[in-house]
Amino acid sequence: MPITQYLLLSAFLFCTGIYGVLARRNGVLVLMSIELMLNAVNINLVAFSARLSDAAGQVFALFVIAIAAAEVGVGLAIVLLIYRNRVAVNLDEIDLMKG
Amino acid sequence: MSHPVLASYAAQNVAFWIIAITMAVAAIGVVSMKNIVHAALALVIVLAGVAAQFLLLQAEFIGIVQVLIYIGAVVVLFLFGIMLTRAPMRKTGEFDNDQRILAGLVSLLIFGVLASLLSQQFSGDKLRLGQPTQTAAIADSIFRTYVVGFEVVSMLLLAALVGAIVLARRD
Repeated sequence: MPITQYLLLSAFLFCTGIYGVLARRNGVLVLMSIELMLNAVNINLVAFSARLSDAAGQVFALFVIAIAAAEVGVGLAIVLLIYRNRVAVNLDEIDLMKG
Repeated sequence: MSHPVLASYAAQNVAFWIIAITMAVAAIGVVSMKNIVHAALALVIVLAGVAAQFLLLQAEFIGIVQVLIYIGAVVVLFLFGIMLTRAPMRKTGEFDNDQRILAGLVSLLIFGVLASLLSQQFSGDKLRLGQPTQTAAIADSIFRTYVVGFEVVSMLLLAALVGAIVLARRD
């Protein structure tokens, strides 16, 4: 099997995630798009691990999965806090630090 | 052509494209659906597809971890987040901001650059799938070569856990 098809699938998922981060305004949906991008990275890591017959790529994929779980936990806690304080999770209405 | 190895390569290719097209459609659904719960369910399809691709790449441990952590934990967290922030379910057009076209152009541009570069660089590079990766090999790699990274990730998870509790609790 050519490795290019895995790389193209992962590039497609990554670019879909970029579109979601840029175009969505709900905080939870932006976090979901970030998950898409992290999964694209994981596909790349595992594909190259299979290409090189080396388990190191899969170890890095495990690290990425753990960090993604931590990121979702903290991110959703922040979204909840913003909702509680401002009753809105639309990211373009949160401009407290805008000069 | 009825060689068993060739037949198994063809079967893997067919499986890859079926899963990949499902994943692509579901990923577009995640970033374009008007109902936030439907977007979360489309995300489940994408994550399950990623797990299936890991199984196709003979990385069985990572595939199982993907199902357990992403579909089991992360998606449930997302659904709780949706529930607790009481996101509007049925209003259309409210989840997208007004830079949608620009965002689409940017992501298409990045995809074009990535796709042309990757297909130039890795054309003709074949995966030779033999034996599945042993979980023992991954464990050896984690606890021997990358043990420092493992400890750092453990501390990061602990810090994230404490931070999430501190942020989300009421007092």
